[in-house]
Amino acid sequence: MSILVNKDTRVVIQGITGEYGSQHARACLAYGTKIVAGVTPGRGGQRFEDKVPMFDTVEEAVKKEGADVSCIFVPPVGAADAIVEAADAGCRLVICITEGIPVLDMVKVRRYLEGKPTRLIGPNCPGIITPEECKIGIMPGHIHKKGHIGVLSKSGTLTYEAVGQLTALGIGQSSCVGIGGDPVAGMDFIDVLELFNEDPDTHGVIMIGEIGGGAEQKAAAWIKANMKKPVAALIAGRAAPPGKRMGHAGAIISGGKGTADEKIAALEDAGVKVAPTPADMAATLVSLMK
Amino acid sequence: MKIHEYQAKQIFARYGIPVPKGEPAFSVAEAEAAAQRLIEATGIPVVVVKAQIHAGGRGKGGGVKVAKGGVAEARALAEKILGMQLITVQTGPAGQKVRRLYIEQGLDIDREIYLALTLDRDRRRIAVMASREGGMDIEQVAHDTPEKIHTLHVDPVIGLAPYQARKLAFALGLGAKEQMRQFTKLLDGLYKCFLAEDCSLVEVNPLVVTKKGDIVALDGKMTFDDNAEIRHPEWANLRDADEEDPVELEAKQVGISYVSLDGDIGCLVNGAGLAMGTMDIILHYGGKPANFLDVGGGATQEQVKKAFQMILRSDKVKGIFVNIFGGIMRCDVVAAGIVAATKELGLSVPLVVRLEGTNVEAGRKILDESGLKIESASSMGDGAQKIVAAVKPGAAA
Repeated sequence: MSILVNKDTRVVIQGITGEYGSQHARACLAYGTKIVAGVTPGRGGQRFEDKVPMFDTVEEAVKKEGADVSCIFVPPVGAADAIVEAADAGCRLVICITEGIPVLDMVKVRRYLEGKPTRLIGPNCPGIITPEECKIGIMPGHIHKKGHIGVLSKSGTLTYEAVGQLTALGIGQSSCVGIGGDPVAGMDFIDVLELFNEDPDTHGVIMIGEIGGGAEQKAAAWIKANMKKPVAALIAGRAAPPGKRMGHAGAIISGGKGTADEKIAALEDAGVKVAPTPADMAATLVSLMK
Repeated sequence: MKIHEYQAKQIFARYGIPVPKGEPAFSVAEAEAAAQRLIEATGIPVVVVKAQIHAGGRGKGGGVKVAKGGVAEARALAEKILGMQLITVQTGPAGQKVRRLYIEQGLDIDREIYLALTLDRDRRRIAVMASREGGMDIEQVAHDTPEKIHTLHVDPVIGLAPYQARKLAFALGLGAKEQMRQFTKLLDGLYKCFLAEDCSLVEVNPLVVTKKGDIVALDGKMTFDDNAEIRHPEWANLRDADEEDPVELEAKQVGISYVSLDGDIGCLVNGAGLAMGTMDIILHYGGKPANFLDVGGGATQEQVKKAFQMILRSDKVKGIFVNIFGGIMRCDVVAAGIVAATKELGLSVPLVVRLEGTNVEAGRKILDESGLKIESASSMGDGAQKIVAAVKPGAAA
């Protein structure tokens, strides 16, 4: 078991002929992901790498190849439109890797998705992987190992760090989800925690947050009320000065809100064990599961 | 990206938002001429001389002065403010040099209101915030008397609904017919401006009601969403490089994300989260990071080289920690970039490198064969401890 994606997931890649899109489509194919279609307007009828059929629209990819999940590598200015297209085509899950989408575009997209069955992961995220079954995104596949720990994170590289630590200890992962660090994004911590909570094959969770905003505090309240499984967490950005944007548009402390200390206190109050450093994420979870 | 008050007001004017008459000035002579023109145009001998820096709190810092004695006094104030090192609550102790002035007509003010539009991340909507307590430190008002701040959220489908603007006007005591008309028109203009200009913040503090009863934006603060730069070529002309950290600006031009900090351990990391985590772990082991540096996921050898050189050139850096967990980032590219950087600038401080991920063997080989004195780390924790030990006073370099 796993969440959201598995060996039967049929993936369409929007922006498959771009530099990043093609590079990562190849890596996902090599991992064994069922990439059933690519979309690049104007390239319909051609094939990617002589095998994956390409279409002009996502709708065709869904109708003709049965794609149910889309992964987006479209450049920032067109990415919001790509998300809307995937939702309209009926994709149940849209994973937007694109970094740098104007935030007002995302405000509109999130509003558009309200009441629709489509779930969105990202933007500005590494994607999702169910180890040894399905990798959709830009994470290095080889560091993962099939198992029972769920990983969810706002940060790509810290996700790899957590996964690397788990695998080094011989502990596998059920699914790893990068939700991205943008101020307005799709699925949040709670959306993913709900799924891990209900997934019988997930036995514990590592959650990685960062400074800025209130998502971690809300997640803490949800965990306190609902979570049945042990959760270890990390909050990145304790050393960051207020008012400075640390790479992620969302990672900024403003007006004394969204500090690391505030988030850590909320998580600890919810029974979550917070790793003292990013090097201790897996060890912290292990200490909870004994 | 931030812009100056006078630039924000020029943009306001395009959206029909009333602003006082004013002119920017880059020299005392220009300031004097501007004051002369304003006094002639308004028939009132009062002008305000305002320092133009990006940081807030200018008034309290002595950067905003009223000249009631006509052109000569305006000139004297301009001489005083232009070139001064203006220290405000937002500039830090070093202050910011004043290179531009804004000369503005004086107004008879009845009362001051706070008005701002910003993104509410948690609600995923544009929020309009307003208070009768204008001119004050609004964060203090929000903290002490939250009931005095009125907030409304805008649904992007409908846009700012007229009833919302009316409701806010009543809450602010602007319910009289003519003021209601002026306020709702102004707010509608601000909302349209926020959208069309891709703002992340528009703040008018204060918005004033004049003794005549007119509503005017007496201040203007505007911050743009950096992600939207690609569709705003005009921002290039609004940028004031003097107001930005030269190192951060250089990094931006290279395409990497860099923030200067106060410590002495330089960091080169891939990914914003790992870069923050690296700063945290250095702090945890008793060191102090000199910078946040995210080379990004798909950096080229040239970008890594430039990034590493930025660290090498900083005087305060006493040691460097490279922490790479290659996802898209290839370790061999990072290694080659580091070696290329040191070939030009040398390496006189301890360097600890942790490489993990894609093409890690090739990366390690490049570093091993470079002849550079590099301490390699087996993990992030190991690397952080090694670099902190290496920069401690008395440690062998």
